[in-house]
Order: sequence, then structure tokens, then C-alpha cells
Amino acid sequence: MTGKVLLRAGRVLDPVAGTDTVQDVLVADGTIAEVGSSLAADRAEVVDCSGLWVTPGFVDLHAHLREPGFEDAEDVATGSAAAASGGYTAVCPMANTDPVCDSAAVAEMVWRRGQEVGLVDVFPVGAITKGLQGQELAELGELHDSAARVTMFSDDGRPVADALIMRRALQYATRFDAVICNHSEDPDLTEDAQMNEGIMSSVLGLPGWPHEAEEIMIARDLILAAGVGARLHVPHVSTRGSVELIRQAKARGIKVTAEVTPHHLSLQDTEVASYDPAFKVNPPLRTAADLEALRSALADGTIDCVATDHAPHPPEQKDQEWDYAPCGMLGLETAFAVVVSELVNTGVLDVLTAVERFTSGAARVRNVGSHGRGLTAGEAANLAIIDPDAQWTVTGTALQSRARNTPFEGRKLTSRPVHTLFGGRFTLRDGKVQW
Amino acid sequence: MRHLISIEDLDPEQVTLILDTAEQLREIAERPIKKVPTLRGRTVCNLFLEDSTRTRISFDIAAKRLSADVITFSAKGSSVSKGESFKDTALTLDAMGVDAVVVRSESSGAPLQLSRYLDVPILNAGDGWHQHPTQALLDLFTIRRHFGRLEGLTVTIVGDVLHSRVARSEVQALTMMGANVRVCAPPTLLPPFVETWGVEVVRDLDDALPDSDVVYLLRVQRERMHRAFFPTTREYARLYGMTSERLAALPEHAVILHPGPMNRGVEITPDVADSPRALITEQVSSGIAVRMACLYLLLGSADAPVEEHVA
Repeated sequence: MTGKVLLRAGRVLDPVAGTDTVQDVLVADGTIAEVGSSLAADRAEVVDCSGLWVTPGFVDLHAHLREPGFEDAEDVATGSAAAASGGYTAVCPMANTDPVCDSAAVAEMVWRRGQEVGLVDVFPVGAITKGLQGQELAELGELHDSAARVTMFSDDGRPVADALIMRRALQYATRFDAVICNHSEDPDLTEDAQMNEGIMSSVLGLPGWPHEAEEIMIARDLILAAGVGARLHVPHVSTRGSVELIRQAKARGIKVTAEVTPHHLSLQDTEVASYDPAFKVNPPLRTAADLEALRSALADGTIDCVATDHAPHPPEQKDQEWDYAPCGMLGLETAFAVVVSELVNTGVLDVLTAVERFTSGAARVRNVGSHGRGLTAGEAANLAIIDPDAQWTVTGTALQSRARNTPFEGRKLTSRPVHTLFGGRFTLRDGKVQW
Repeated sequence: MRHLISIEDLDPEQVTLILDTAEQLREIAERPIKKVPTLRGRTVCNLFLEDSTRTRISFDIAAKRLSADVITFSAKGSSVSKGESFKDTALTLDAMGVDAVVVRSESSGAPLQLSRYLDVPILNAGDGWHQHPTQALLDLFTIRRHFGRLEGLTVTIVGDVLHSRVARSEVQALTMMGANVRVCAPPTLLPPFVETWGVEVVRDLDDALPDSDVVYLLRVQRERMHRAFFPTTREYARLYGMTSERLAALPEHAVILHPGPMNRGVEITPDVADSPRALITEQVSSGIAVRMACLYLLLGSADAPVEEHVA
């Protein structure tokens, strides 16, 4: 039911229009009816937004919802709730499910499940290769033409190691104006790797994941993409060398976009000294210099958007010896707060740019329907309403996710979504998910 | 000192205390009845999640000489091999009321993680590539007994430093106690950023010999050859092996140490291994005294000074 709602006197941050003003926003029939000052309530439910930020609903290009196959960690329902709780209205789940999302059947199943749950729009990412095996192309056309309308393809979790297959995929995808997203890791250099290769890994006695392994793959993919005129999206950029490659490529007009995770923007490999597998992730947490470069890159647009790489795992799997634990961290519910606490409130990123990186920046990478657009009359009412001053302590067991593997356990963050509107309906109201 | 997980947990005073305590406990091995009642009625659990005969026996003897009851929980014969989680194993031991756990694991960090589940002292008997603190302490003890000091000695560590928990503990312990430490290995077997460890990196072993007081040889696994860390054991032995020729190039007073087990013919030739300048068997007996000292200091020191226990 989408009745009339008047969001009164919020700080409206519209990254498309480039405006940051206090306004009223009138929502009716699932769309933004009007944005202005002192709008008449006229039978609309009035929601006082003074002191709150009103932004477009966030778009996550990269999450793992684990359904089908790994529902002990998360499923589309719990993942959607986590998303709504984090201010998201659109989520793109990766294909490394079981069965793999390499067919229209699986893609449509995930997409439809998202519709049934009705908390966010789910845009499944299709596999590049069948079964993520890196050998044969998946039917990109079938996936594209399905009800799920797949426009981004990734074997994420695994790299497409074979350069020929990657080249073919890039070239073939141009037929659908789709974007190929390669998990940038040269597997020959990361055998048994457990954490970033650096001073810490040497002291802690853990095999290292050298930064070269990411950069070599990105360099390869940039050259291949340029050669066939295809679009490349680089997931979870983690090193300063990678940032440099992307910056140079953009300067040369190569069609590349890139994302960074909140954890790579805020945590370093020094965290691993506790051997707590909550900090184990692929690509791994890196050094202060890498963090610095990623923050600058997000600020100057070399990196287009923040994507969570939300990766839930059941508690018993993350509660093992470091080398047995799987890689991955939750992200949907803490993403924006981490960026506000660590980048906005420290002056690295201004508020409007931060919002852009969560919304229209992501929407430029791939088609996400009515999401990540401006806050003007006629647009769909996908909105996040954030309390910028809310202080809260992250507790894994209190999150909406079925899993609890957050690296921010016990930390205090600043800012929290209060309401989320999805097509004009409250999916989050006063901090509570509205099923 | 609640746990002994890493040399980084210790300061020079604590290291000296351990060595001095070991000195006093050492002579128990020379008595006909090699036992003192210090830890009578206490239970020490040897949790060996990675195979090891020599270290396990060393800890076993150390605990028994202090009259502790010892239970050994090894990976092969237990629920861990049937898939019980490491955490559940720890909670089970806790519920059974053991007084200390000596843990060896293939996983770096396991003892630290264990210390979060268990409320008793944890003693690290070697975790992955990370630390083997009692090995470093027994080596310091051996060196100190031989030279009368540690400060100012030049110790050259040769071999696979990258994969060695012994090397990590050794470097930290020696530098903490004022020794000059050098490392010498094929570049592929040196940890990234080893130059930040406060050691001198030596490319050619022969350059390091004329003024080394101690040469510490690390075991080199033949399997490393298959992952291209070095081409062949033949080449490794030629460039880095301790031979009689190299022994002769050392100062007369210099000694050879090795944590064992040795690969005779790879990092050390049989002649050198059997020479009186190789203190390997002394390291083994030092090991028992040092482990007795560690157990004593972690468990038994509250009530009376060590002299009373040894009397």
C-alpha cells in the first residue's frame, strides 16, 4: 500500500541535481510527487525529517545473498532485510550460489524471490562461465533476456584465469551492452594465501596474498577490454597499485568502472594480529598506504562507488582456526555508517559525494531500473532517511542478517538509517524492518 | 605471565627469569630420582593438533618431573579427526578441569584463539609458521650456558626463515637479549620485509662465517623444491649447507645449533652433525629444563620460590 507521505524539512541530498538543501518531499503512489519548501500536507502522513538526511535509496552492486544453496548463512529474505536496514533499495547478488546463477532459471528464481519478499529490488548478477569453472561461457544472452534482465556478469569469488575466455566474454558481452566484472586475482600467485603479503603476514606467520596478484589481473583486463571496446567493472579494489592502473586507464578513455568496499576503506591488515577470522576476506585487508589511496580514489571519482561485498557465513565456520575459516564480511547494515564515520566526518569526503557513491555512481555502472536516480518529481520513491548523528555500537547478533560475521563487532559508528522507502512504501520505519 | 604464546609477550627480565629458573631445575635430570613435587595434583594437557614426537615427549617429561599429571590429546586419536571443532575441543578440556594446556597446531594463531575459550594458562608448543617460544628459550639457554652471556654474540640463522616458527621466535628472543642476528637464505625463503626485523640479511653464507659465534641451522623441507623455492636440494646444500669446510671457516669457539629433526646431507652434513661443535643433543636436554621452568612459572610459582621446590 503506497499512500501519501510528506517527508518534512529533511536535508535533501540529490547527487544527480547536485543540490544539498532543506526541503519537503511529497511521496504519492510510489513516486516522488513534489520536492519544495513548505509543501501542504493534504491528507498525507507527515514524517518529521528535521535534522535527518534524505537521499536516494542506496544501490549495492555487489552482495552475496547465498540463496539458492547456502541459506544457513543468508537468504534473499534476510539479506533484503539487512539491505533495507542499511538504507538500500536495490541489491545485486553475485552468482556463486548453488546451483550457480549461470542460467535464466536460477536468475529468475532469485529475482522472483526478491519480488516476493518485497523489501528491495534484486538484480541478480549472472555468471560469466558455466559453474564458475572459467572454461565455457554461460548463456549471457539467455540471462540478459530473462525476466531478471541480467546486465552484469561476474564469476566473483573466482577469477576468470584464462585470458582467452576473459577476452571472449568481454567481446561477447558487447552484444548486450553488458558489463563484465572480474574478481581480480591471479590464482598462481595466491595459492594458500591467508592475508595481505606484508610486514604483518611475515610477523604473524601467514602466507601472503601479494598486491601484484590483483594488479596483474586488472592490468590484463584493462588491456583486453580496451582491445575489444568492452566495458569492464573492477570489483573490490584493494591496493594503491590497482587505483593507479584504473586512474591511468580512465585518463586514456578505457571504459572501466570500479567499486570499493567499506572494510577496505576503514580496516588494515594490522587487525589480523588477533587472528580473529572476522577479519579474513578476499581481497584481504591491506596497509595504511593502500587505505589512503582508496579513500583519495573514492573522493576523486577514480573509484565510482561503494559496494559492500556483503558475504555472510554461518558462525561455526568463522569460529575456527584462521586458515580453515572462509573469507568474507557482512556489510549491508554498516556500509553507509562506516563511510560517514571514517570518511565524511573526517573531511576526506563531502556528504553529497558520499551519497553519490552509494547511489547514482553505482547506477551509472549498470542498469538498476528506477534506483540511484535524482530526487525530482516523477522519479520512483526509493529513498533513504538517515540520522547523521546517531551513535550506535555494532553487535553481530542484533543485525538483520542471519549471519553475524561483521568486522566492526563492538565498534561505535556514527549515522544510521531511520527510514527507508521502496517504491513509496516504508521498508524500514524508525529503525525497524517493515515486512 | 599468564600465557606463553609468543616471544613478543616477554620482556628481557622475564626471559632472564625463565633461563635462571631453568638453570636451577636442570640438575634434577642428574639425580637418580628425577622428580620434584612442585606440580603434584595439577593436570597438564598436551593438545597436539599437529604431529610431533620430540616436542611432545619433551613437554611430557618436563611436566612429569614436576609431578604433574599429563594427558595427551593428539589429533589422530581424538574427536578432532572426526570433525569436532577446535572450539568444542577447548571447551571440553575446560569442562574437564585441566590446569594448563600445551598446544601445538598447524594453524598460526591457534594458541591465541584458544586463550579466548579457556581460562587456564596456555603454552604454545608451535603454531603454524608463527612462534615456537620454548624452542627459542631453550636455544638461548644452551647458548648462554656455553658462552656465559647472550649480549654481543653474533648469531647467523641459515635456512628456510619464511616457513619457520622457530626462526621468528629465535630472531625476537636473540635481538631482545642483545645478540647481533643475521639471516641467510635463498631470497625466495626470506619473509617479505625481513629487513624490518632488526637483523642483517646476508646473501652469501661464506661471508658470514668468519665472525659468527653461533650458526643456527633451520631444517629445509625437500617439498619446498616442488613449489620453486629453490631448484634442487643439491643446489641448496652447496650454497647453504653446513659442511666441514664451512665449519673450519668459523672461529674456533663457534658452535652449531639446530632445532631438529635434521636433514643430514641437506642443511648439515653428517660430519658436522656429529662434531663436538654441534650442540644439538645439549639443546634437547636444555629443552626439558626450560619447559620445566615455563610450566613452573605459569603454574606453580605462586606459593614458593623455585629453590624450595628443587630442594
